[in-house]
Amino acid sequence: MNVKRFVWTAGLVASVRVIAGGGAAVAQTMVIRGGTILTVTNGTMVNGDILVEDGKIVEIGTNLSVPEGALVIDARGQFVMPGIIDAHSHIAAESINEGSVAVSSMTGIEDVLDPTDINIYRELAGGVTTSNILHGSANPIGGKNAVIKHRWGSDAEGLLFKGALPGIKFALGENPKRSRGGRRGVPRRYPATRMGVIDVIREAFTKARAYRKEWQDYEAQKAHGQADLVPPRRDFELEPLVEIMEGKRLVHAHCYRADEILQLLRVAEEFDFRIATLQHVLEGYKVAKEIAEHGAGASTFSDWWAYKMEAYDAIPYNAALMTEKGVLVSLNSDSAEEARHLNQEAAKTLKWGGLSEEQALALITINPAKQLRIDDRVGSIEVGKDADFAIFDTHPLSVYAVPQKTIVDGKVYFDREEDAERQKALVEERAELLEKLKPATEEKQ
Amino acid sequence: MKTNVLRLCIASALIATTSAAGERPKGPDRYAITGARIVTGSGQVIEQGTLVLEHGLITAVGASVEVPDGVWVIDGSGKVVYPGLVDALSDIALEKSEASGDAPFSRGPLDRPGTTSWAAAADALVLDDDRVEAWRNAGFTSTVSSPSTGIVSGQAAFLNLAGERDEDLVVATPVALRVNFEPNANRSFPGSLMGVLAYIRQVFADASHYRVSQTAYAREPRGKRRPRYDRALAPLAEAQVDGWPVLMPGHWEHEIERAVRLGREIGVRPVVYGLHEGHRAAEFLASENVAVLVSLKWPEADEDRDPEAEEPLRVLRMREQAPKTPAALAKAGVMFGFYSDGLESPKEIFASLRKAIDRGLTHESALHALTLGPATIFGVDDRLGSLEAGKIANVIVADGALFDEDTRIETVFVDGAKYEIRKSTDEGGSP
Repeated sequence: MNVKRFVWTAGLVASVRVIAGGGAAVAQTMVIRGGTILTVTNGTMVNGDILVEDGKIVEIGTNLSVPEGALVIDARGQFVMPGIIDAHSHIAAESINEGSVAVSSMTGIEDVLDPTDINIYRELAGGVTTSNILHGSANPIGGKNAVIKHRWGSDAEGLLFKGALPGIKFALGENPKRSRGGRRGVPRRYPATRMGVIDVIREAFTKARAYRKEWQDYEAQKAHGQADLVPPRRDFELEPLVEIMEGKRLVHAHCYRADEILQLLRVAEEFDFRIATLQHVLEGYKVAKEIAEHGAGASTFSDWWAYKMEAYDAIPYNAALMTEKGVLVSLNSDSAEEARHLNQEAAKTLKWGGLSEEQALALITINPAKQLRIDDRVGSIEVGKDADFAIFDTHPLSVYAVPQKTIVDGKVYFDREEDAERQKALVEERAELLEKLKPATEEKQ
Repeated sequence: MKTNVLRLCIASALIATTSAAGERPKGPDRYAITGARIVTGSGQVIEQGTLVLEHGLITAVGASVEVPDGVWVIDGSGKVVYPGLVDALSDIALEKSEASGDAPFSRGPLDRPGTTSWAAAADALVLDDDRVEAWRNAGFTSTVSSPSTGIVSGQAAFLNLAGERDEDLVVATPVALRVNFEPNANRSFPGSLMGVLAYIRQVFADASHYRVSQTAYAREPRGKRRPRYDRALAPLAEAQVDGWPVLMPGHWEHEIERAVRLGREIGVRPVVYGLHEGHRAAEFLASENVAVLVSLKWPEADEDRDPEAEEPLRVLRMREQAPKTPAALAKAGVMFGFYSDGLESPKEIFASLRKAIDRGLTHESALHALTLGPATIFGVDDRLGSLEAGKIANVIVADGALFDEDTRIETVFVDGAKYEIRKSTDEGGSP
């Protein structure tokens, strides 16, 4: 027992350094001992152990033997759930909207990731381990997204969820039609109506089809051995759209009203692709059957509405009703604050619509994982999956639940006790820095 | 007020050795500096040696060099001789760009927003820039001057800071292409950082396509539609093929990494400028073998900030730690140069340098980053940057160690022309 405690303390010290110095946390063999394990996909195991090696879940059971040198995390009396996945976030990015053009598919969040954004850490403190960082909603066709893991302290590249299928943002309704509305002598940007929004999307895919044909013709001529060929110009606006049509890129479409949702599903079908997720989708309950038939997922809010005209017809039963109709539903934050209590957002569906505990937890774990096509890696506690966990002091669907530790790839990135120490160290550091910087300021005066 | 200005003008005309910045001093163009401590800048220090400058070039340097007949001999005993210094990025001696009014409204990459890649600093020189003389008097014999506005600003030139005509200044052109990550202010494309980065990726891809299609068309125009002429693209294609340094901004560690990765992706040799958090990126830069330009304008608190607002810790950290960047880069073996970044006088430049020295930068590394470092980065180390026979006679003579606070620079040679720096009350002149 003493040995174990020593190991745990050593782990603490190591992690403190991480946070202070910004280095990478250390992966090590780890046993999470004695917690109530909410696997999400395989029920609940009381007093269970989880063995983690090389950042992966190796074994789940009771009374597992602890390998030598393993870090033991005492979760007795606590609840271990899969790391929370936020399907709609705008943190850790230095720009969000390229609103100057109606189609901004040449842009991408990956280019502007900011690994020093403190929200990465603050959301870890809410149990979030994976986020889908989306471009804003200023354009019918927006920029490319980046799925990240909250590996606080790593560089921008280290944040990326390697192997996640790339995606892109679309947006319908009020936001894209009112972007740059002709203020101060700036020309209005087309489109200005919902008709226009759909037209922009249809025209873009028509162009992308022609572009794809151009390349196919070129490749065919090249295969025939034609000499002196000049390849077509690469167009970074159209390339992502070709990838969408080829099923290599997921569409995450911001939408509210039932009519615009149906419009988009039809246009996608016209160009023979599927919408991966409808985002916000507050009127999704009205067309849940159609959404399910199309095969789109829906990522919505629990009970947030009426902040603009198109959000007036929302109801808190949305997530539950869409789930009942067979739609793959997730709850997202779209907010660095709300992301810190997505467990409470999920809990609301128990009241509004009567989802089961497991269904509610799925809304913030396995379902968003499926929507992002990363469910082979994350979203549930299963052998072989990434060791991403949120450990709560009580059941995460309780309003009293407070995250105690958050683990990504088998590394402790957040620890509540340790955090208290860290806060003290940061206050001291600030005071020291201000002291050091003082003479320069006084000289100026 | 008018009379004051007039009096000041007369005074400074008297103090300066020449009335106009560009005018060469009349006199011989063969000199020998004897008995001086010579810091060659290429690793060698001659405790008591002779340096011979003839017709604009260094013709001999060493401890036992014979003084040729007919040269003007300068007694260098008690003096220290250094290679002329380089301000590795500025807009000194450049015409002010016509930044009047808004940039044209751009609808997408094909409008080539903020792109003036054809603009060459060497073609827009003006001699009546006060900084030519001020910088030269402080020992800066050269600068890399570049157009600086827009996204792809244009072509930098390596200049010597003396000459009778504009053309005399140019040592080499183009020596680099300057890129900024500034979005368009008028809500046209690109209006965001990610739009700028996407645009840069597209315009460089267009440039390589331009080169391929123009070559193919020149080889056999018949039966082909002619590729569209685009003056923005040819210099970019040259930068890709000839390996021009492409200057990209980056202060924070992640910005530095972003610039390097983007540079690699678009097929150019990235040189990052800024670097205030460069101390954290030193190992990365060394492993990527990327050279950098360090801004000497160390970050300071915004004077207009809300005094009640608490500044983020990372901002405080950067402000306190920025001056340790040069030492960290030197330790990691990263090639770097210094640039003035809008500092208004050489006095400020030297004050900044002393801060870096206080934080561990050796005098030797500091000198390298002001001489051979930038000369190497911009590909002119074969002709200047150190005191070696055959190189351009850019030389400074000081009465002590260069970075000491009370050292005075007494004589500066640019292209072998001698400028004596008189003691002046003007504090801007000497370090």
